[in-house]
Amino acid sequence: MAPSAIAPVISAKSLDLTFQTADAPVHALKDVSLDILPGDFVSFIGPSGCGKTTFLRCIAGLETPTGGTLTVNGMSADEARRARAYGYVFQAAGLYPWRTISGNIKLPLEIMGYSKADQNSRVAEVLELVELSDFGGKFPWQLSGGMQQRASIARALAFDADILLMDEPFGALDEIVRDHLNEQLLELWARTDKTIAFVTHSIPEAVYLSTKIVVMSPRPGRITDVIDSPLPKERPLDIRDTPEFIEIAHRVREGLRAGHADD
Amino acid sequence: MGKWLPVLTVILAIFAGWYATVPFMNIKETLSALERAGAVVTPDSPIERRDAPSFALVVKNSFAVPATYAQDRPRLPAPHQVALDLWQTTVEKKITSKRSLVYHGWITLSATLLGFVIGTGGGILLAVGIVHSRAMDMSVMPWAIASQTIPILAIAPMIIVVLNSVGIQGLVPKAIISAYLSFFPVVVGMVKGLRAPDAMQLDLLKTYHATQAQVFWKLRLPASMPYLFASLKIGVAAALVGAIVAELPAGGARGLGGRMLTGSYYGQMVQIWSALVLAAVLAAVLVLLIGLAQRMTLKRMGLT
Ligand SMILES: Nc1ncnc2c1ncn2[C@@H]1O[C@H](COP(=O)(O)OP(=O)(O)O)[C@@H](O)[C@H]1O
Ligand SMILES: [Mg+2]
Repeated sequence: MAPSAIAPVISAKSLDLTFQTADAPVHALKDVSLDILPGDFVSFIGPSGCGKTTFLRCIAGLETPTGGTLTVNGMSADEARRARAYGYVFQAAGLYPWRTISGNIKLPLEIMGYSKADQNSRVAEVLELVELSDFGGKFPWQLSGGMQQRASIARALAFDADILLMDEPFGALDEIVRDHLNEQLLELWARTDKTIAFVTHSIPEAVYLSTKIVVMSPRPGRITDVIDSPLPKERPLDIRDTPEFIEIAHRVREGLRAGHADD
Repeated sequence: MGKWLPVLTVILAIFAGWYATVPFMNIKETLSALERAGAVVTPDSPIERRDAPSFALVVKNSFAVPATYAQDRPRLPAPHQVALDLWQTTVEKKITSKRSLVYHGWITLSATLLGFVIGTGGGILLAVGIVHSRAMDMSVMPWAIASQTIPILAIAPMIIVVLNSVGIQGLVPKAIISAYLSFFPVVVGMVKGLRAPDAMQLDLLKTYHATQAQVFWKLRLPASMPYLFASLKIGVAAALVGAIVAELPAGGARGLGGRMLTGSYYGQMVQIWSALVLAAVLAAVLVLLIGLAQRMTLKRMGLT
């Protein structure tokens, strides 16, 4: 089957979004068209204010585009949200301080009406997946920032959604922790067949993780380049020293620079 | 023990200041009493003494200073006189006696607790409404604020009289005034608490397609707990004030407010002070109990 025959999980066509603010309207997204296929790991990279978060929030049905069409799993974004089609990971872990780690992961399961037994087995499963099995009974403040973020990823993985939307989930963490979490995330992606949309402003992170890198630029927010990564699915951390990796990183950097040149 | 030193110092300073003030407050009555008993006081004319400054009288009649601490009806009773009266009216009286402060304290406390429960319940319900309905936010909040600008002393007699005329008296009218004072801090605190979750936390629940009720029970309510307890502490103290104020126009000389009122009718300052001290102790105990409940709840929630 030719790649074009596979139905995209997320499909945006000429997406436009203008925020009406008190002073001037902000053109956050202009003519954004993109197809994300099942199992893709797509990174969005660009300077701050280029609409990465806004685009992700449109996919999540948290923001309504003012023009164009957007489908998620073949439905409108809002229908997909109601159908609980995705897990969303915010930049801050946002765990409830009054719930244990297990309790936090149970939150979506309780809301979605999973049975008690199912809740417990799923919590155990995702805790294992993010290597936090020994910490289920701890409260968030007893965990480091990196562990908290892993718990929030576990929370987004606990229910059956085949899309994972992540908005700079590791942005607030130091580089060593970040490398480790990137490695784990790739492993997790390989094991779960999820489709991942990942916002970052780190070039190495984008290149290391993605099968597709979307370069964006601001004012108005738009896509300036889409790079399909030739890197294999199996990626040890030292792949970052290979010529292929450096070449893609270079192309991303060029794309970012071109976006800025129009300013 | 280091933290008790400043507290003790302040208490000692207050008592010292109190004892130092007593002679000046009581000197005139003391001199009149001593004169009636045959002592020589300066000046010997009651009219001159009335117009003389207390300070001068104390200096000229220093022999009378001990007597200022032992007046029957002192203008300012000394701490030990209040302590003695408290002992006599609590420990030494049967609690069923009309002269027992325990009896009067219980009357005030029951009105306080009932009013506090009504006020807190009403306050929480109002806050829930305000947070969930824009119309209620716009319409209720201004009235809640306006209600608190009316002096309680002005509105308490009206409530008592109106309720009396429809046959409701005793505990309930007092509880209503208590509730009137205690609901406001609870409304303000709970509105703030229920709105404490930030946009991200609300968005997270939106991604789960949570219902309003789920947002309330799983996020807003637990997030509001620290705010609730802070307002409960203010609310319970306000409820006590409300109950006491309500007893002033209620007549019948019942409750701590009643004791204060009869005390002022008959010039029994000691009685007023005893009632005041008991009211303060009650308030402290109530606030302490809420603090305890707060610590237990927040600890169980992992929020300490
Ligand atoms: N709710 C909003 N109201 C008004 N302007 C917004 C809102 N959200 C984002 N914007 C604006 O839209 C632009 C894109 O923002 P965002 O998507 O957050 O960028 P990024 O995530 O790439 O840093 C920015 O100029 C930002 O100020
Ligand atoms: Mg952003």
